[in-house]
Amino acid sequence: MSTYCIVTDERRCISCKACEIHCKVKNAMPVGIKLGEHFTEGPLPSASGAPLFRTLYMPCFHCEEPECVDVCPTGAMTKREADGIVYVEADDCIGCGACLEACPWHIPQWNEDGDKAVKCDLCMDRIDTGLKPACVTGCTTHALILTGQDDPRYAEQRKRAPQRALAER
Amino acid sequence: MAGRQQVYSVCGMCSVRCPIMVEVEDGKAVRIEGNPKSPLKGSLCPRGAAGIALEMDTERPQRPLIRVGERGEGKWREATWDEALDYVAGKLKAITAEHGGRSVQWSDRGGPFVDLHQAFMRGLGSPNYCNHDSACARNVQHAAKSVMGIGRKEVVYDYRNCKHLVLQTRNILEAINVAEANAVLDGLEKGCKLSVVDIRATYTAGKADNFYMVRPGSDLAFNLAVIHVLINEGLYNKPYVEAHVQDLDALAAHVAACTPQWAEGETGVPAAAITALARQLAEAAPGVIWHPGWMVARYDDSFHVCRTAYIINALLGSIGAKGGLPIANKPGDVGRKGLKKLVDLYPAPEEKRADGVGWRHTQFDGGPGLINLAYDAMATGDPYPVKAYICYRHDPLMAMPDAEAMKRKWEGLDLLVSVTFSWSDTAWHSDVVLPLSTYLSRESIIASKGGLKPQFFVRKRAMQPTLDTRADWEILCGLASRLGMDKLAFQRIEDIWDYQLQGTGVTMADFDAKGFVELCDAPKYREDAELKFPTASGKLEIISPKWTKAGEPSLRPYAAPPAPPQGMFRIAFGRSALHTQGHTVNNPLLAEQMPTNVAWINTARAAELGIADGEMLEVLDARGVAAGSMRAFVTDFVHPEALFMVHGFGHRLPVESRARGKGVADQELMPGGLERYDRAGGGISMQEHFVAVRKAAARA
Repeated sequence: MSTYCIVTDERRCISCKACEIHCKVKNAMPVGIKLGEHFTEGPLPSASGAPLFRTLYMPCFHCEEPECVDVCPTGAMTKREADGIVYVEADDCIGCGACLEACPWHIPQWNEDGDKAVKCDLCMDRIDTGLKPACVTGCTTHALILTGQDDPRYAEQRKRAPQRALAER
Repeated sequence: MAGRQQVYSVCGMCSVRCPIMVEVEDGKAVRIEGNPKSPLKGSLCPRGAAGIALEMDTERPQRPLIRVGERGEGKWREATWDEALDYVAGKLKAITAEHGGRSVQWSDRGGPFVDLHQAFMRGLGSPNYCNHDSACARNVQHAAKSVMGIGRKEVVYDYRNCKHLVLQTRNILEAINVAEANAVLDGLEKGCKLSVVDIRATYTAGKADNFYMVRPGSDLAFNLAVIHVLINEGLYNKPYVEAHVQDLDALAAHVAACTPQWAEGETGVPAAAITALARQLAEAAPGVIWHPGWMVARYDDSFHVCRTAYIINALLGSIGAKGGLPIANKPGDVGRKGLKKLVDLYPAPEEKRADGVGWRHTQFDGGPGLINLAYDAMATGDPYPVKAYICYRHDPLMAMPDAEAMKRKWEGLDLLVSVTFSWSDTAWHSDVVLPLSTYLSRESIIASKGGLKPQFFVRKRAMQPTLDTRADWEILCGLASRLGMDKLAFQRIEDIWDYQLQGTGVTMADFDAKGFVELCDAPKYREDAELKFPTASGKLEIISPKWTKAGEPSLRPYAAPPAPPQGMFRIAFGRSALHTQGHTVNNPLLAEQMPTNVAWINTARAAELGIADGEMLEVLDARGVAAGSMRAFVTDFVHPEALFMVHGFGHRLPVESRARGKGVADQELMPGGLERYDRAGGGISMQEHFVAVRKAAARA
């Protein structure tokens, strides 16, 4: 099984979107591209009378069998053997966009700057030096957790993840 | 600075000043996180995360500017720093030669670095240092003083040990202090109950066990009823009240008729819910925090709302208690010496303040005054002429109601200077713009912070400025040198730091490990027997002699807020985690996240007016003047009388391409609002205004 995933602790999440910004700054993504996207549903009614907000931060799920890797014609979309992190080898990407369509949630995004696909790699440069992904470290309230895919929250959050908009090409 | 470095510093994206760690690569900041050695442990809010986008943004004043057209016309000539500082110093010399040092006014946004500003004003011989607080927390500050004899920051909110937290006028998970937000969530994980009193469903309310959507402006009725139950059911902490609270009888008499049934009629909250809350609080006491609020410049009775919050804490014995509001320690309380103050370089001016605070208005704190009242002195010359005004990192034209009225009051000024890191309405209207380096490219003086563990902390320069900007100390010491204020004419920040640290036993090297220096090892709580309050009676005061002397009752009978006229709403405003008032709206990363604001309107009211969710609306002030257009957010989770919007939008300056023309500015919907303030507390009453909406398309 792939090693890592990021889950959202809804009890702590305050929908501030710091996750998206920490990600963008760390990965130097231009305006218009989000490698991870935060979703909030609500305010919804609840039994207690207090409003209910459902929240989810959705970076890449780093699937066991990633469809984006299967469709990539050049092998640029790579699943790292050691821990299952799925990432783009930028030099090999020809910008065909097949991965954008193949991903059930449209996680890979189109970066006009270079005409290539970009996606969440869990900040593997950080992981490789013993740090956590930028979104996890920076989360305002420590609501994001770097955990294993055997964490029951992984399956639950994967199930309710919405489909993202495809970036313009 | 080649290679990769990590710099401990202090955020400047809002007024909280969270500890940060900046990653610097080849002399350029590349990423910011919360200082991992502080309680933030890496966490940092979205504004803090977006700080580098501020530094790299060229849509801010790029070099000193001197006005050549009319005020507000946007015609400037660029100047060198020498030229600009010579110009400002020359003007100040001429003005003070004719009208005295007292004719200079200052305003900033408060915080831990104002010692330098106050020293500069004293050096000029002016008593007229003000901060922005009449448009923020003055009512809660004065409420704290009137009950406890100490300021609001002299108690700590001990969230991690709290058993029941009540948030009223404190949207703690959207108006974010990162350490505080984490402490609250840690407390909730440990079983603390959360009750939220608000006019709408905030993200904070989303974490609540109890949510009370009160009628806007009726908070005082709610609080009086809680006090009624605590007293009538004998639920208050009797030994504590006996020892520490003065005039309980007067309070009991005051709330005798304020039953929960009565409050239900005023607030819309069921009587049984109010009674249940009071009982829950008594069970949790003294581990209770009834938060007295932060941005409380809202209603004519906001001072009394804050005051009753402190009184409820007093009745529950939580003031001074672990898990409640323990007393903050200053360096002296833990056997250490505080920073040597720059302000002591010069004697305190003997002049009365132009804003009348301390002599005309005797109940108010002299320290930061009331800036809106200083504008009256500018307009009238009473008590004396005020001819120069320096706005430091402060945008009064956006922070307070009725910009046009403010500009008229400023007409007689011979000099209006903005020291600013971003464009603002006030900078645009100024005679001279002195561009301040961002917090990433400037140092600050050392700051001292009280608390259970008091500390010193310091902001370091993480990178050199990308534009021709300067640090606050470079600007003020540069002016001081030109004005013959030699004692303040420091040439190097290290010299200022060394001056501040004299006698403290702390050296600059001590900041290297963490960016801050704690002055004791363990949090220090005080025993009940140690509690003493610097009030006239030495106790917590239900009746404050200081307020009585000023002709203000300490217990104000409840006056119900008027309902909005037919078809109208009461204006309400607040915060989002993504923006700090108006000064982040043009930040590329934050503008991407939240480019505009929306109008929260209750579902039933929207139906009545035929407004659909997402529809474009014009918002009009009480005179029928439109302030701009915004989309409707139709929801059950806002009170039917209120129209809510996030503050800070509706920019009009041509130099801000991302912010211009987006959303509506609430402060533009408050005609005459500069004159309307809480006489007892000094806060401007910004939600005492009504607004109307019409479909944007219907105008054609």
